[in-house]
Amino acid sequence: MAFDKMELRDIEVWDGNFAAAQAMRQAQIDVVAAYPITPSTPIVEGYAQFLADGYIEGEFVMVESEHAAMSGCIGAAAAGGRVATATSSQGFALMVETLYQASGMRLPIVLNLVNRALASPLNVNGDHSDMYLGRDSGWIQFDAYSPQEAYDLNLIAFKVAEDHDIRLPAMVNQDGFLTSHTAQGLKPLSDDAAYAFVGEFKPMNDMLDFEHPVTHGVQTEEDWHFEHKARQHNDLMVKVLPKIKEVFADFEKISGRKYNLVEKYDMDDADICVVCMGSSVETAREVASEMRANGIKAGVVGIRVLRPIPFFEIIEALKDIKAIAALDRSSPNGAAGMLFNEIAGALFNTDSKALLSGYVYGLGGRDLTKAHLVALFKELQANADAGKITTQLQQFIGVRGPKLAYL
Amino acid sequence: MAKKGWDEFEIGAMLRTFDGKIDDIAATRQEDRAYSQNSSYTASVADWRLIKPIFNKDYCIDCQFCWVYCPDVSIISRDKKLIGVDMDHCKGCGICVEVCPTNPKSLLMFPEQADEETEIASWPKKDEEEA
Repeated sequence: MAFDKMELRDIEVWDGNFAAAQAMRQAQIDVVAAYPITPSTPIVEGYAQFLADGYIEGEFVMVESEHAAMSGCIGAAAAGGRVATATSSQGFALMVETLYQASGMRLPIVLNLVNRALASPLNVNGDHSDMYLGRDSGWIQFDAYSPQEAYDLNLIAFKVAEDHDIRLPAMVNQDGFLTSHTAQGLKPLSDDAAYAFVGEFKPMNDMLDFEHPVTHGVQTEEDWHFEHKARQHNDLMVKVLPKIKEVFADFEKISGRKYNLVEKYDMDDADICVVCMGSSVETAREVASEMRANGIKAGVVGIRVLRPIPFFEIIEALKDIKAIAALDRSSPNGAAGMLFNEIAGALFNTDSKALLSGYVYGLGGRDLTKAHLVALFKELQANADAGKITTQLQQFIGVRGPKLAYL
Repeated sequence: MAKKGWDEFEIGAMLRTFDGKIDDIAATRQEDRAYSQNSSYTASVADWRLIKPIFNKDYCIDCQFCWVYCPDVSIISRDKKLIGVDMDHCKGCGICVEVCPTNPKSLLMFPEQADEETEIASWPKKDEEEA
């Protein structure tokens, strides 16, 4: 490698943004096209700093919008480069049109999505509205609960996305501020180990292969479109999760850190559990342990891979549970929550007799406190004891005013 | 080559401009290149056109403006001399006529069914006022 390596300590104190930037440096990204937006900005700023300081051979493309940022990434990826960027919230919303292009063109871009609420009212703090907005876009979606995981999942995302059997773009979600700006001790890989894990970029149908010119971004109408979309869906449904499991196993070998499509915590003999994402998973784990000290068999299920949804792993994790709470950190705006629906869909044709209730929480960065979770676990235990759901199916946690409950 | 079937496309609906490897493409003229059926070069879009340019070489000064400005690379120029229009790809936008600096113009737009020889025989004369 013709650039400087960085000496890292066994334990570094990084926030989630810096962790993602470090992973992008170690993966030696060729092109970052980016437009800054809170709270994701330090990721691309970090890449630009590493580039300016001679730690990366690459290009930083400053563009006029997030739509242009992802368009630049698409062009660079089609040209045959390893490409990544980062965004949040409104920026992600502006990117949406190009997200579908990237996945349909089967370009392995990695997007760090630092989760933030969507306006209006404008809000810079963390919730999962942007994550949910991208869930039908054909991208692989990983979810990190901590800076360490944001770092690890970036390296993992490149290896999965760039595999020639996969060739699909991947998002790595992390909570705005709670993860992105919270410095924690984490164990990075050495530059050599990280790069060896991700591997050399292997181009596929790249536009810069002048001996085999190609056209990317074609048009198909009713005679062709459906087959292309069906094949993309098929690859997401059939190929991606086995590949992720394989890469998770490879990563465990070099790091000792084990990832799963669905992260189970104290689930083996649990009666009740919460299913959630982001930094809430860590809070819920702590509270679940405390509930156990009080004789309540509580567990936590974290969704590590939101797309493709690990349907059968969700069934397996929840099959013996008596009462489940699905926690959605995004306003469903006129429906049950996304996780509620995913879990209901997964369990519906099984023998599960689980009582499933949904909770909307944490919008716009509102804290999910341990006290909230204690009350929630108690409510789940009451459901389990009563053998029926004792509340309405959808409730809100931590919102002021008269109690809101629906369905 | 037979046309590709619905299940024969490569990942991402990516299309190859040529079948197999090519070399020295910059020094190979369009008509001598082995474009694949997936290349727009092998597809005629002439039926998009309602009016067409007719080229009168008697007035052309080979300035190449039309060649530079044509958005469809449909002006055929060889050794810096305009020799005609690629009527399979010309959409009839008239930009070549607009940018032509000669008096009278060397390219003019006519209805699609106009006869080339007839129109050239009755080509407008030099416009003295314009000069």
